[in-house]
Amino acid sequence: MQLLQMLILCFVAIFGTAVVLTRDPRSQVIGLSFFGLVLACMFFIFQAPDVGLSQVVIGAVALPLMFMLTMARVRRNTEEHEARKRHEKKGKEAA
Amino acid sequence: MNPRFRRYFFLISVVAFFGVFAWGLHDLPPFGHYRGPYGDILNHVAVYERHATDVVTAVNFDYRGFDTLGEESILFMSVIGTSLLLRPQKKETDNNDGKADNSLQRDLDESERRRAPAASDAARVLTLALVGPLIVFGWYIVTHGQLTPGGGFQGGVILATPPLLVYLAGDLKTFKRITRQEWVEAIEGAGIFGFVLVGLLGLFVGGAFLQNLLPLGQTGSVISAGTVALLNIATGLAVSGGFVQLIYVFLEQTLEVKLRVQGGK
Amino acid sequence: MSLFPYLVAAWLFCIGLYGVVTSRNFIHLVMCLAVVQSSTYVLLLTIGYRIGGMPPVFAGVPVGTPAVDPVVQALMLTDIVVEATVVALLLSLAVQVHKGTGTLNPDHLRELQG
Repeated sequence: MQLLQMLILCFVAIFGTAVVLTRDPRSQVIGLSFFGLVLACMFFIFQAPDVGLSQVVIGAVALPLMFMLTMARVRRNTEEHEARKRHEKKGKEAA
Repeated sequence: MNPRFRRYFFLISVVAFFGVFAWGLHDLPPFGHYRGPYGDILNHVAVYERHATDVVTAVNFDYRGFDTLGEESILFMSVIGTSLLLRPQKKETDNNDGKADNSLQRDLDESERRRAPAASDAARVLTLALVGPLIVFGWYIVTHGQLTPGGGFQGGVILATPPLLVYLAGDLKTFKRITRQEWVEAIEGAGIFGFVLVGLLGLFVGGAFLQNLLPLGQTGSVISAGTVALLNIATGLAVSGGFVQLIYVFLEQTLEVKLRVQGGK
Repeated sequence: MSLFPYLVAAWLFCIGLYGVVTSRNFIHLVMCLAVVQSSTYVLLLTIGYRIGGMPPVFAGVPVGTPAVDPVVQALMLTDIVVEATVVALLLSLAVQVHKGTGTLNPDHLRELQG
């Protein structure tokens, strides 16, 4: 096995582990996009340019975007919930 | 199942997994010594039989075309499921008497506007200037699938990014216009339908589903490989429609206030 | 040494599964699932690889040059794109769960059910 292949496989294992062990989704999504990039490099090194292209496009655009938008939505949910609570309190005080 | 028990269960499963894995490993080829016959046979015959220089695409859209149709229907169903789950619901800010609670809505709109500053001119010009090249590049990847690495799946995702760039440039009106739901859904449906149609054509004229019965053309030219080129375009349409739809529903969820305030109908 | 890639695949599978089992956040859980899925890529890629093989693209290269297996590559290629849409479906489920219950923690969810 070539050194380069060995190295990229090590990177894949390390980055995969890092993605799992990062508990905060906001940092995790950064790790996931790096993991996607490393996977894409692995595909190119192992002579699979078709798959590499697909991974670059998905890993760079689609996945991180959807994760970040989901997190934004969840944060908005929480904020809305709090705003509504504040509002109700205000209404009660006025009454 | 409490977390502790779950961990024990996980440990037992991992031990069992490694047992089965070691057993399976016994018969797998050592690294770098591929021995299965199928890949070698395809590598030898695909160029002559299908006039396609990219064997991966030939496998995807011809030799295993039925499998790809299955994958595409998973994609289609996931997109439909996502749009169904995230469809805009009746505003939760309505009071019991059905009147919108305006002061609360104003609060929320205000915080939304505070958070997102408008895109700078440089960012707008750069992102909008990228739209044209990206469409050309995506189309190139789709149509050259049978020649060089690429094809409907990769090109389709690239073709789905220009609307996102328009959104990033802050042009919400144009974004809403180019992601009109009827169009996006029509494009996605046309892609799947085109795939099935080409398959049925092969069934009725050639005797087998997805039979490649178009003239194969000259190896290495854009119009070659018969139905493979057509199926690439159909897949490109389906995938780009699906991803634009996904981007739209997720953006709508996150930014519904902004979309309503600035780009509303 | 020739077993190393298989071990990497097994490791990714197990660590991803560990993440899924111990996850306290649905969004984190979906990302762990993506790691589990990537283990299949490593496995398939290794099975189809041949030392000194070129990519199965014969543009400007004579047919008969040793190349790696195109079949496993075709499998992975469609899987990557389809995976992204399935992830979208799972994330929309997470959004709905958060809307309905106000939590993303699977353990809290079970407590709510009683």
